[in-house]
Amino acid sequence: MATVTLKPTKVPELIFEGYSITPDAFAGKTAAQIAALPGHEGKFVLKLGEFFTVSGNGGETAADTDIVIDGDCSRVKYIGSKMTAGSVTVNGNADMYVGGWMKGGKIHIKGNVDSFCGIQMEGGELLVDGDAKNHVGCAYRGDWRGMKGGTIRIKGSAGNDIGTAMLGGTIIIEKDVFIHVSTHAEGGTVIIKGDVEGRVGGQMVKGDMYVLGKIKFMLPGYKKIGTVEKEVDGAKYTFDHYIGDLGERHGKSKGQYVYANLYLKAAA
Amino acid sequence: MPKLIKGVGCPYCGSSCDDIEVLVSDDETKVLEVHNACIIGTNLFHHANDPTRPRLPRKRQPDGSMKEIPYEDAIDYMAKTMLAAKKPLIYGFGSTNCEGMSAIGRIAEKSGAVLDNCATICHGPSFLAIFDNGYPSCTLGEAKNRADVVVFWGCNPMHAHPRHTSRYSIFPRGYFTQKGQMQRTVLCIDPRETDTAKLADHHLMLDQGHDYELFNAFRTVLRGHDIPDVVAGIPKETIKKSAEIMKNAKFCMIFFGMGCTHTDGRNHNIDHAISLTRDLNDHTKCSIMAMRGHYNIAGPGQVWAWQFGFPYCIDLSKGTHAHMNPGETSSVDLAMRDEVDCFVNIGADAGAHFPIQPVQHLKKHPFIVIDPNFNMASEISDLHIPVRIAGVDEPGVVYRMDNVPIQFKAVLKGLPGVPSDEELFDRVYERMCELTNTKPIWLAAKEDRRYPESEAVS
Ligand code: SF4
Repeated sequence: MATVTLKPTKVPELIFEGYSITPDAFAGKTAAQIAALPGHEGKFVLKLGEFFTVSGNGGETAADTDIVIDGDCSRVKYIGSKMTAGSVTVNGNADMYVGGWMKGGKIHIKGNVDSFCGIQMEGGELLVDGDAKNHVGCAYRGDWRGMKGGTIRIKGSAGNDIGTAMLGGTIIIEKDVFIHVSTHAEGGTVIIKGDVEGRVGGQMVKGDMYVLGKIKFMLPGYKKIGTVEKEVDGAKYTFDHYIGDLGERHGKSKGQYVYANLYLKAAA
Repeated sequence: MPKLIKGVGCPYCGSSCDDIEVLVSDDETKVLEVHNACIIGTNLFHHANDPTRPRLPRKRQPDGSMKEIPYEDAIDYMAKTMLAAKKPLIYGFGSTNCEGMSAIGRIAEKSGAVLDNCATICHGPSFLAIFDNGYPSCTLGEAKNRADVVVFWGCNPMHAHPRHTSRYSIFPRGYFTQKGQMQRTVLCIDPRETDTAKLADHHLMLDQGHDYELFNAFRTVLRGHDIPDVVAGIPKETIKKSAEIMKNAKFCMIFFGMGCTHTDGRNHNIDHAISLTRDLNDHTKCSIMAMRGHYNIAGPGQVWAWQFGFPYCIDLSKGTHAHMNPGETSSVDLAMRDEVDCFVNIGADAGAHFPIQPVQHLKKHPFIVIDPNFNMASEISDLHIPVRIAGVDEPGVVYRMDNVPIQFKAVLKGLPGVPSDEELFDRVYERMCELTNTKPIWLAAKEDRRYPESEAVS
């Protein structure tokens, strides 16, 4: 295991597109070679070394490369995007597209992340200690095949559009969410431990959602069919079980319609 | 002898009426009368007579005042500023022709800019919904000739598109709608009692911001399921009755506006409306259309989708490919996040239409405005370059709200020495090529440039 440490030295005037900050790009490179990797600021191509000091060489493969960014990356996009293995730890905030299109490995952001984290994610683990903005684990515009696998855990709250057009994988938001959870989803699991304003499971075809807090505005297309006990993220709760979205098309399995499931924690 | 010019297009709202008649003075420099247009359109033509229209670019001086400069200097400043910027933002295009939109594409590519249009604060979310869910739409002609149930959802054409209802949607007698309004049932879904709502047969006054729930209720009812007693403030019975009206239509037409695109959920509201349209097609014919605001705001969507593959929010900074992701590459977000360092406002008024904070952010950097008239953006700009008014003293192609292209005429000669958007952009592009020692890929307007490089204006 080799650890590459990046220390931010300068805040970009615009935003730095750090698409090279992945274990895949760092693997097999020396610290000097890593510092020479490209990134865009607007239309100009700059080097990682202009914004970070780099210490430590990359491992032989992505899987044995750990990246630690020791500082704030609020103005650095694409950290760990498209990575397949290894790990990235940011001791601070990160900007958009953290872990976007990621296929494997681990990302740990100790601060907050901006929008589009885990967009089109296929595998791996993304952990955010703070809050996330909008479009967590959602599909890229126009793609009806969203997140396919992996796990996203946001320890804080999130904005809108969680798991849009999701097909698989798990998203856990430990605090509140604004609107649009699993919109258009055809699979996957979303767990929200706080409250949601509304639009939970709109146009949803298949998949599961768990809400441990309250939903302020329930969609009319969801119908309660019973009460169940289920284990969620290591704890057991009693849930009101809803199915929906009854306004949307649904496939059949063994002659029965398959609906999406919403498990809303039953009032004690 | 004054001349009556017929078949003129009105360069104001998305109805893009093309039946206007304009009486102009015999030297073709003054509009005398405007026939057939609504009051907004009429005023727009008369506005061209304004003797105080700017005729030369104006540049901000160190003491804060604006001073007139020759076109040459303005073109040089714009070319140099855009080349030096790390990421310029070009925004506007609600009110210009497709020729100008195409020419700006070359400047945007050359300067690695983000190319955006007014849809970004208007019907942009409709584009996103269309990407996600398709667009079962038709032309306004079809709406006129076929629609016997018309739904206005979150739009108010009586004010925003004054002749829309008389030309296309409520009153006109069409092929299958010979009785005009008598034959049409009009539903209006709006939290306010607008003048369109007053005209409608049924007004569903929903709770503001709950359109998504109401679309969901309609779809759930259409699939034969039960819904709660009240959804979005509308009683179940009213929803069921309205769904029946749509279902029993021969042709149901849904028009939607910014009440859907710019309330919470944005693209998802439209997305749901599109799903509803598709569902209704299981029962009857149904079509949906965005009530685009300006007469040619559908134009940039068409032109740039052809040039770059995306209709708006196009980030060309990579030089190799276009990247589009509203929320990131949209004007207001770019400004709020300080992601751009030069702003070019063309044929729109960011000063009036953007929230104040993004304007404050944009003002930290060079701020260029290209517009035939003075507006709020031009008054806070560092450089204001006047151009001819598309549709009044400059002809061109425009796309109506239903994406039908119409060739607009010029009714006036145009101010001497003032270029069209296309001519101006081609000259800026040419200057950029000179400065970077590169060859222009294409200069469309070069052969027919009507005005010399810089003609003194009295
Ligand atoms: S309805 Fe619109 S296009 Fe028609 S005349 Fe009025 S402003 Fe012009």
